[in-house]
Order: sequence, then structure tokens, then C-alpha cells
Amino acid sequence: MGSTIDRSRPLDEETRYAAGVLEYARMGYWDPDYEPADTDILALFRITPQDGVDPIEAAAAVAGESSTATWTVVWTDRLTAADTYRAKAYRVEPVPGSADQFFAYIAYDLALFEPGSIANLAASIIGNVFGFKPLRALRLEDMRFPVAYVKTFDGPPTGIIVERERLDKFGRPLLGATVKPKLGLSGRNYGRVVYEALTGGLDFTKDDENINSQPFMHWRDRFLFCMEAVNRAAAATGELKGHYLNVTAATMEDMYERAEFARELGSVIVMIDLVIGYTAIQSMSKWARRNDMILHLHRAGHGTYTRQKAHGLSFRVISKWMRLAGVDHIHAGTIVGKLEGDPDMVQGFYGVLREPHNPVDLQRGIYFEQDWAGLRKVMPVASGGIHAGQMHQLLTYLGDDVVLQFGGGTIGHPMGIGAGATANRVALEAMVLARNEGRDIWTEGPQILADAARGCLPLKAALDTWGEITFDYSSTDTPDFVPTATPA
Amino acid sequence: MRITQGTFSFLPDLTDEQIRAQVAYCLARGWAVSVEHTDDPHPRNTYWEMFGLPMFGLRDTAGVMAELERARGTFPDRYIKINAFDSTRGVESMRLSFIVNRPAREPGFALVREEAAGRAIRYTIRSYAADRPEGERYR
Repeated sequence: MGSTIDRSRPLDEETRYAAGVLEYARMGYWDPDYEPADTDILALFRITPQDGVDPIEAAAAVAGESSTATWTVVWTDRLTAADTYRAKAYRVEPVPGSADQFFAYIAYDLALFEPGSIANLAASIIGNVFGFKPLRALRLEDMRFPVAYVKTFDGPPTGIIVERERLDKFGRPLLGATVKPKLGLSGRNYGRVVYEALTGGLDFTKDDENINSQPFMHWRDRFLFCMEAVNRAAAATGELKGHYLNVTAATMEDMYERAEFARELGSVIVMIDLVIGYTAIQSMSKWARRNDMILHLHRAGHGTYTRQKAHGLSFRVISKWMRLAGVDHIHAGTIVGKLEGDPDMVQGFYGVLREPHNPVDLQRGIYFEQDWAGLRKVMPVASGGIHAGQMHQLLTYLGDDVVLQFGGGTIGHPMGIGAGATANRVALEAMVLARNEGRDIWTEGPQILADAARGCLPLKAALDTWGEITFDYSSTDTPDFVPTATPA
Repeated sequence: MRITQGTFSFLPDLTDEQIRAQVAYCLARGWAVSVEHTDDPHPRNTYWEMFGLPMFGLRDTAGVMAELERARGTFPDRYIKINAFDSTRGVESMRLSFIVNRPAREPGFALVREEAAGRAIRYTIRSYAADRPEGERYR
């Protein structure tokens, strides 16, 4: 590590607690011999020390500032079992291919955390330390939560299994669309889009993140017109339908009022934005659990801190926090669409949300084994710049338990919104059918779509319009570990 | 109208060969296949009548196809669906469910609106066919 600090011998008590400033590593926040306990919370940080700062000291400082430390020695530590409350950096290693970055593994005793509180967790782990001067940049890459901690959370109020049982929809991804234009429609016109899309074949339509209660459409109007559309579509198709009514508002009281109204009108689902904050999300989760409501989370704002690889926190951490906090849907990337999303990274997020247990998978950015202890599964949502022509790729990458949301790909259809919805549904069902028949949809996909389009004019029009559209940009949030070729 | 419940309702009715391929997919994964029927396809009618028990342990598609034939023979005018159940811990639910028989004519559903306080409306979905007694629907 090129360390210049002598850490070879432990400090005696007198030296340790002499007034003044001491390296974090010598205060007990670096312990290379520490064996993490099964009950510890573990965190992996990517640290970029300032020039000349020793990486081990930087890691110890992160451990210190995210647990008990302050910048100087305090005698009041000696009134506590300070050794157990100190977080311990126990491993520091260089990031492959990035000379100035290091991975720091840090263990936290369970007693440092309040049960069932994401706000408390976040205040500890990302509270102070991200502005710490000796670091040029800091990113929280992954966390491991012990079962004892996981069990203090209720988790998703509905979960993938129960959502499917309630809606009677099995064996295929669900289909959705966000109403466009996202701003400006009156309630009556907005409901028209909902009605056309749902009757045409979608399972869900969705408010966008910034549709709340604006001058052109107050929230009660939107809710009333949308529920007329949802129920009309259910009667027209004999199939359950839903519209994510966004209850995001300025105060909890306003959000509860909107959610209660959605419930009174018989909606199966309500929606919140990530920007409402972790405490508000947990409150809405409890409300959803009490009211048999599916809770959709739009990850509005996450790109400000998840996208850049050197600083912020990875979306896999947000995914883990939101599974604990308890949401039923979360936007987690499309891979092929218009928004950031490396295939390995996105599949890592999906694994965190959907699997009962995550093994270590460095290529997908999963650094810790995680046992979810029976916590319900979150349905990932793939939304943003996807269309029917990509159906084989979407199904291959993302699997069955996902909501595929085609906003522009439904509403922008040349034959109308209903035709756009039908095109997506036919493409999806044809692809699932073919996959289950054992066909190689990755290579045969375009042919399967073309065959299905022969009996479905809307699908043909969709393929003619968007078939060639791709968003082929390189990702910024990419794996640090790539598989090495082994001789066969 | 055409009821669009089930995994493949937007495709042309599946041929028996296509149904068999889906059943093979389910059996290969160890899922238990079952046959259910109803003459009340209300979207919230969760419990269709079971045509026998789920075929746990069955590994041959021929067994399912024979059961489906018997169901069609007995209830040619009813909705019949094939379900596949996965007993894996953490799933313990249906993995696939698709309609394989429909009545010749599907009259659809009415939407009944009850005006409530404010502008709220209580909605009820009512099947036209279910107006008639059980057993006499879809004749």
C-alpha cells in the first residue's frame, strides 16, 4: 500500500487517549486481522485519496467518520465500549485498472444501527463522510445486511408473487406506459391516453415523476378520470388493469390524502418518487401494507449520485435499501433503452431486487453474499426508450419478472395509442411463446417478430417505425471485474 | 369481445401442438400442470373450477393433453385454462396460466357506475353471461 504509518504495534491506553490528533488508522479504525461477524453490517467503498494520502489511512478515516470518530481524540470514548462501536476497515485493495482508486471493506457492529430505519442507516453510512477533505472522491459500492438486521424491516408490502396473484397475470413480463406528454394534458385528455393504452393491451399506465397537482391538472381530476379509464378498460377486456397514481406531494399529510382518495376510488396501485426521501418512502410502505396497495417507486433524482463511478453511491445500494424500506416496483434500467445501464450492472440490480439470495458476483458488481431471509421481492421496471422491436433482447436480459414500459413506444404509434399497446402485447406474447418452445430468441428474435407482425398490422407498423432505433452509447457505470478467458 | 386474461390471449388461439410445447416447457421445470374451467370469467373470479387435482409428478405431456381433451369434451362452451404451479420456496405460485378453450361467443362485461359523494364513482364489472344461471351461460 506504500504506507508510511507505523501500525505494527497497538497503542497503549495512555498514548491512544492523549489529547491531540491521531491517525484514524491508529485510533482503531483499521484492523487487517478483523474477521467480520455474521451479524456485522458490511460496506464496500471506492475511495480516491487526495495525492499523498495513504489509502489505509483514508479507509480508516471513512470507517471512523461513518461510525464513532471525530477529528480529534476525545476522552469520553473511554466511557463506552469504544472498541466495539468503532467501525473497522479490514481490507483495502487497489481497484483493477484504476491506479488512484482503492476498495475499502468496512465492518460495522449491529448495535450501531436503529432497527428498521433506512434514515438511520443512511445517516451513518453516507452522513458525513462524503465531504471529507482527505478524499478526492468516495463511492459506496455495495452493502451486506445480516439476517438479524433484514428482519427488522417489513419489506415490500406486496412483492412480485402476490402482485401477480392479485392481478391474475402470470408467465410474462407486465406491460406499462407512461402517459405523454408528461406535462400539460387536462385530466380528461390524460384519461383518454390511459383508456386507449389499457384497452389496447397494456396492464398498467403510469403518471410521470413530475405529474403531481399543477394548474393544468389538479390531482383529484387526474385520479377521477384515470379510474374511469382503468375500469372501462377492465370491462372492455375482462382483464385487471391499473394506473400508477402518483401521490408525491409536499407533505406527508398531502400524500396520505391523495393515497386515501386513490384507495377510495378502487385503484390497485399508487406511486411515489424517490425524491420524497427515505422516511416518507417507509411511511408510504406502511400505508400501502395497511391498504392492500401495490407501491410503485420512480427513481427520480438517482442519476445525480449513482451515475458517476468515482463518487456517490451505486444504484445497487439504493436497490437494497428500497427492498428493505419496502416498495413493490422500482425503475432499475432497461439495458437497451435511452438511459444509462451497462448490462452487467443492471442485471446485478435486478438480482438484488428479485432473488431470495445473492451470491458474490463481481462481474455484476455484487461484492457481498446477501441472504434476504424471505423478504418479499421487488418487481423491477424497465422504462425509457424501449420499443417492440427490442422484445427479444428485453426478454433475454431481463426475464419474466419485470414491468416493460413503452411510453413513446405506445403513444407515438402511427396508428394510435391502442394500436401501439397491441403491438407491444403481441410482440411480447409471441416472444414468450417462442422462448418457451425452446427457440433461440436472441438470434431468431427479429424473425419471430416479423412472423407475428404478419397477423398483426399494429406490430408491423411499430417495427417499420422503430425497428432500427437503438441507443448505443457507452456506459459510465461499468464493472471493475471482467471475466478472464480460461483455456477450454 | 375477446377476454384477454392469460399469458397468450393476444395471439391467435394456440393449436394443440403449441399447447403441448408450452406444457413440455412447464414439465421440464418441474412445475405441476392443472386444468381449470369456468363460465364466469369475471376478472376477479380467482377460483375457477378445478378439473381434477394439479398433476403433481406427471412428466409426460400426453397426460396433460388427454386431460385437456376430456375437459373440452365435458365443457365445450366454457373457458378452460392450463396453469403451471411452481412449488419452489419463495415462489409457491403460478408460473404460467393460459386459456385453451373459449365459448363460441363472448358477450363481455358491463361497467356499472354508482355515483357517490363528490364526483367519485363506485365501479362494478358485471358479466353479461353470468346474468343467466350457472350451466346455462354461453348457450
